[in-house]
Amino acid sequence: MNPRAFLFVAALALGGAAVLDAKAPVAVNANAITQDALPGALSEFGFFADPGQQVPAPGVIPFRLNTPLYSDGAEKLRFAYVPPGQKARGNGDGLIDFPVGAALIKTFKFDDRLIETRVMLHRADGWLALPYRWNEAQTDALLVVAGARLPVTTPDGVQISYRIPNKNQCKECHGLDGAVIPLGPKARNMSGEWLAEMVDAGVLDAVPNGSDTMPLWETRGQGEVAASARAYLDVNCAHCHRPGATASNSGLDLRWEQDDPHSFGVFKRPVAAGRGAGGLDFSIVPGGPDRSILLHRMDSIEPGVAMPELGKGTIDHDGVAIVRQWIAGMRP
Amino acid sequence: MRILKGAALIAAFAAAGPAWADTITVEAGEGAQERLQEALILAAPGDEVVLGAGRFELTDGLSLDVDKVTLRGAGIDESVLDFSGQKDAGEGLLVTSDNVTLREFAIENPKGDGIKSKGADNIVYHKIRVTWTGGPLSTNGAYGIYPVESTGVLVDSSMVEGASDAGIYVGQSRDITVRGSLVQYNVAGIEIENSRNALVEGNLATHNTGGILVFDLPGLPVMGGGDVKVVGNLVTTNDVANFAPPGNIVGGVKRGTGILVMANENVLIEGNLLEANDTAQIMVVAYTLPFTDERYNPYPRNVVVGENLYVDGGTSPDLEGGKELAEAFGGALPAVMWDGLDDGQTPAVLTVAGTPGWSVNLPRQGADATEGTPSPLDVPAPDGSILDGPIGAPDELSLRIAG
Repeated sequence: MNPRAFLFVAALALGGAAVLDAKAPVAVNANAITQDALPGALSEFGFFADPGQQVPAPGVIPFRLNTPLYSDGAEKLRFAYVPPGQKARGNGDGLIDFPVGAALIKTFKFDDRLIETRVMLHRADGWLALPYRWNEAQTDALLVVAGARLPVTTPDGVQISYRIPNKNQCKECHGLDGAVIPLGPKARNMSGEWLAEMVDAGVLDAVPNGSDTMPLWETRGQGEVAASARAYLDVNCAHCHRPGATASNSGLDLRWEQDDPHSFGVFKRPVAAGRGAGGLDFSIVPGGPDRSILLHRMDSIEPGVAMPELGKGTIDHDGVAIVRQWIAGMRP
Repeated sequence: MRILKGAALIAAFAAAGPAWADTITVEAGEGAQERLQEALILAAPGDEVVLGAGRFELTDGLSLDVDKVTLRGAGIDESVLDFSGQKDAGEGLLVTSDNVTLREFAIENPKGDGIKSKGADNIVYHKIRVTWTGGPLSTNGAYGIYPVESTGVLVDSSMVEGASDAGIYVGQSRDITVRGSLVQYNVAGIEIENSRNALVEGNLATHNTGGILVFDLPGLPVMGGGDVKVVGNLVTTNDVANFAPPGNIVGGVKRGTGILVMANENVLIEGNLLEANDTAQIMVVAYTLPFTDERYNPYPRNVVVGENLYVDGGTSPDLEGGKELAEAFGGALPAVMWDGLDDGQTPAVLTVAGTPGWSVNLPRQGADATEGTPSPLDVPAPDGSILDGPIGAPDELSLRIAG
């Protein structure tokens, strides 16, 4: 979907609430989001007016990210829910601050089938991340706290054993300083127009400064290669490779805002990479993509070598290409 | 519907207020991956998850993120978590919660590390075995037992074999005890890195490339390793050629190294039996590579070599021109090797009188070994003892596995 068409759909979802109401009185179940239990089925939340078609219920708003996380080529449908009468608050170019009672929903599709939906629920004691696996009939998805494996065919036609993460693995990526946090909705990685729509709809306080600064993934390579590559690394790697997160002990910090070259890998030696280093000395060797551990690990699917460690059954060749181009173009 | 029941159980527990300690038994066999992972997720603080005897065939890394949980097997050879078919994750088991006890089970052939505990304070590893069954191969995972960024670590009566980096590796942590454990056929047997207040006592390190390593490295979030006691260990016949994948810092460890201290401050090496380590029974060196981290002191400071027993060793050094060097020293290099570098303020190494040693006399940090002008060791004797205060893991951790 091109960004404009997407915005149109988003606007429809906002404005179309009354229409949907008339057809099917589906409403979000606020208790399922906030109360102290793990709902066993996705339908208990009431996020969708038509679950199989992923038509959201009133108040559940689709959004996209400028540069998305790669998940074996899955098509991903993202939605945000803000409880009635409340507002999310901007936080500079960073993560939008959603109120307690809010939810973020992401559905993964392969080959036109719904595979899993991951939800993040903002409860009084913090965010909770839960994975739900869609049934054969595509009518509902059931909680799989321990995760699951199932065969899927990627858009490239590759058969893989696809991993639905378990509840703990959710935290491996979503953990920061011991708390669980959302990763996607950072203002810098979201459309300014969409954010403005949200303000108009009364669910966001203001369009944050620094929003919409990360490039659109579809336009990678057309503008600054570094911006596309750094946006890719931020979105795909920096949830772990940053201070306070799962890979903090590596000392590698791949956040968008990190401007110290050594910290984002230039001539940085591996710490605990083991054989993952592939015989190479540095994370990034300017001008030497084939001598850069970072690219070597992106370009592998072997457990113990492959990065990211989770949620990766295939190599993201587009991601590898843009990072390769970036490293190749760095002055040695 | 089993999962739904689990969820209902959680809801019931929450309604009942604080949960009481419970025992959840998981047997090997069909669906072990999901059953065990679910037990680890649904466990409440205080619960014990018990592994039955048998081989658990696992396809994905396991993780534990609940405080105060004990994971207990039927024995170091009886309950085996077999990761030979692992498809995902960087380690066999990941622990991210505090006050966890892991005891009496084994991990075999994880694709990455064996057990990693990160930010997991007050963790106990007791009678844990991690084995790569194919022997010392560069395709094995890096670390067997891998606590990192934690305060309060006890590794006791455990065993690691085949790690392509370090068998037992404690990094960026403090208040650590590694004791009574067997490490063999690893590149490094035991490694304490960028950590404070560590006790390495009563271990057997044999047939590794290097037996026990105490490192301080630049560029890490936690810096300034020191206050490490290496006492009462048997470090013998560390004779395996270095099989670390290239690019790793331990790739530079020489075959036949007994105890190696690199950078670091306040290290006591005493009461160990060092036998037949053919490059050096004890080696004390500065960091060898260029670095830019301004927080980093690349030199060893105040490394005290007390009374140790030295048997054989130094006869076949894994050094350029080692054979000639050994001959020059009468057929074997002396027990203690120092690279000759210090920071100009604090003595790098101090040895009790009568300690046989030599210095490479490198001209500067980062210099090649061939630039050295070797001579017998001439360093001061320690002025009294160091590290007399309490050192190692908090007593509570030992008490947890006592009796």
